[in-house]
Amino acid sequence: MNPPAWKHKHLLGIQELSPDEINVVLDTAAAFKEVGERPIKKVPSLRGKTMVNLFIEPSTRTRTSFELAAKRLSADVININTQASSFAKGETLKDTALNLQALNADIIVIRHSAAGTPHFLSRFLRASVINAGDGAHEHPTQALLDAFTIREKKGRIAGLNVTILGDILYSRVARSNIWLLTKLGANVTLAGPSTLVPRVFEQFGCRVTHDIEVAIRDADVINLLRIQHKRQRKTMFPSIGEYAAMFGLNKERFARTKPDALIMHPGPINRGVEIDSDVADCSRSVILEQVTNGLAVRMAVLFLCAGGKHED
Amino acid sequence: MRIRGGRVIDPANGIDEIRDVFIDAGKIVEAAEGEVIDATGKIVAPGLIDMHVHLREPGRTDKETIETGTRCAARGGFTSVVCMPNTQPPADNAGTIALIRQRSEAAGCVNVFPTGAISKELKGEELAPIGSLKRAGVVAITDDGHCVQNNELMRRAVEYARMFELPVLDHCQDYNLVADGVVNEGYWSAALGLRGWPASGEDVIVARNILLAELTDWHVHCQHVSSARSVELIREAKARGVKISAEACPHHFTLTEECLKTYDTNFKMNPPLRAARDREALLAGLADGTIEIIASDHAPHCAYEKEVEFDLAPFGIIGLETELALSLELVRQKILALPQLIEKFTVHPARLLRLNKGTLGTGADADVTIIDPDAEWTYDITRSASRSRNSPFHGWTLRGKAVTTIVAGTVVWKETTA
Repeated sequence: MNPPAWKHKHLLGIQELSPDEINVVLDTAAAFKEVGERPIKKVPSLRGKTMVNLFIEPSTRTRTSFELAAKRLSADVININTQASSFAKGETLKDTALNLQALNADIIVIRHSAAGTPHFLSRFLRASVINAGDGAHEHPTQALLDAFTIREKKGRIAGLNVTILGDILYSRVARSNIWLLTKLGANVTLAGPSTLVPRVFEQFGCRVTHDIEVAIRDADVINLLRIQHKRQRKTMFPSIGEYAAMFGLNKERFARTKPDALIMHPGPINRGVEIDSDVADCSRSVILEQVTNGLAVRMAVLFLCAGGKHED
Repeated sequence: MRIRGGRVIDPANGIDEIRDVFIDAGKIVEAAEGEVIDATGKIVAPGLIDMHVHLREPGRTDKETIETGTRCAARGGFTSVVCMPNTQPPADNAGTIALIRQRSEAAGCVNVFPTGAISKELKGEELAPIGSLKRAGVVAITDDGHCVQNNELMRRAVEYARMFELPVLDHCQDYNLVADGVVNEGYWSAALGLRGWPASGEDVIVARNILLAELTDWHVHCQHVSSARSVELIREAKARGVKISAEACPHHFTLTEECLKTYDTNFKMNPPLRAARDREALLAGLADGTIEIIASDHAPHCAYEKEVEFDLAPFGIIGLETELALSLELVRQKILALPQLIEKFTVHPARLLRLNKGTLGTGADADVTIIDPDAEWTYDITRSASRSRNSPFHGWTLRGKAVTTIVAGTVVWKETTA
């Protein structure tokens, strides 16, 4: 019972999807969101299937969301994280994945700090490979849940002005959002310090600005990314304090946004850094709705990729 | 032995004509009896030299050995290879050089010329015993795979090596600028989310080397140049008479960073594949002589080492078997005339390293490569002579190959299917 417009076994990234396929995921997610509001939240779509959360990088929310999504589809779930895995014993990722396949895993959800790891796994695994974030490359379910949220709130994506603010260079969320939003016809502005928002991103059809006022003025959606000083090379910007002063969405700046502009954040948020605490909690903030929608979107992705027969 | 009827291209002696070549007792002679090799329709060149290969012996004989590496060389038409010192232990001492020479004598089917390290353990901190290395038989010093970051140490290395007439070969990479970069910084690194290795990380060391070559009045050779700006810097310095030179690798002048889009680790090398304009600059540099030498940077790695996440895979590909065919493409594209290409594999590396090679003059060592410039063939990595399989050119249809490789009068490779 797969919709005709979907034929992927894996979800490696947004780049591989057509606008129609993106819409298939969003429409399917809408149906699953309704399931989540019922007293009995479980459907039998993936009964008898086994999903492995293979997380080679710490994550709580994405792993939990995938786990719950699979359980609501009646799949069995195994979680593997860095501490529990055999990586400390020197086994390669390929061997680990082949071992999971030998246990007849149907879906492998992979989170890894190295870009391209899901593509690497998909070349030799029979199981569906779902990218839950690969280095600075893609985080496709995050972009899909962001799009779902925007569509739900604004009724459309085409023609909207979407600003993504923060660390673009090292962000997989930014890249997946860029591919998705440009495919669906939004106008994407990228903003942040020049070291983290290089001009090369203009080649992806985005506007690049280092002026926060320009970035927020006409935005229908402002998507804030988490800023971490320690994880990056220390030379990228002077301090968290300077970042907050230059680019943080504080109350004064928030007052200059469009009155119906949505405030989004993939989490976890740093209150007082990229987002003022009050702004995070305001009525235009959809940060927690993103989390709810993420569950529906991940159910849709698991169902579409692993719920039937596929060509690729 | 008589090699009959081939087009003899011997740039060292200004020869490009149909004639016979005679070999006796391992030397080129005026006339000789014995076996006749018909080279009609073929090119007869001085044995080709690849001045940048990793034979992995001692230490990593699971990747390659002197025996298998030199068999690759013979198949590829190379009668001499220059091996890099980043072995285990590194070739930073006379004993390791002696071992490499001994093993080459015993197991190598082509000539092996070792290089020695610039610094102890390739750490860039203290000078290696360069004089002892020279006595042990190295033809150059280099920390290849590493780059001496300390400019003062590099200056002294070049100044000191001058006393022994040893050129200094440098892998040009500024560690601070490059940091943890794995692919060229630009459109594709941004799109793929891979950390960038900016071309300026190469250029800044090329510029440093030009300044130190001027300061010391001695020869620095920039290995595997990959960026447009580096080519410009070297061109300008050469015009001023600075003792600077450069080599380019077939993968850099054949491929671009766009190949990375599948995250295939066989396209991961150091320096990385760069942008189309860098590739064009390399072609221009090869054409006008700024880049005098072509070398493979043959870098074998085990399959299991390459079959990992992109960030974790080692840099490098094997290249000896595909090098000549990929380079002959430069002739077909009219970037180089055939004799100019042969020069980059013979006279030029021989001159730089003061090797008594690269010529078919009477009395020279009878190292000869017979090339069929148009033979079409498919590179099948499963049939490689290497112990490793890390080539991005597997399955490529190539044109031109060595049909006979002769070292000191002995045929070490002969194409059997021809």
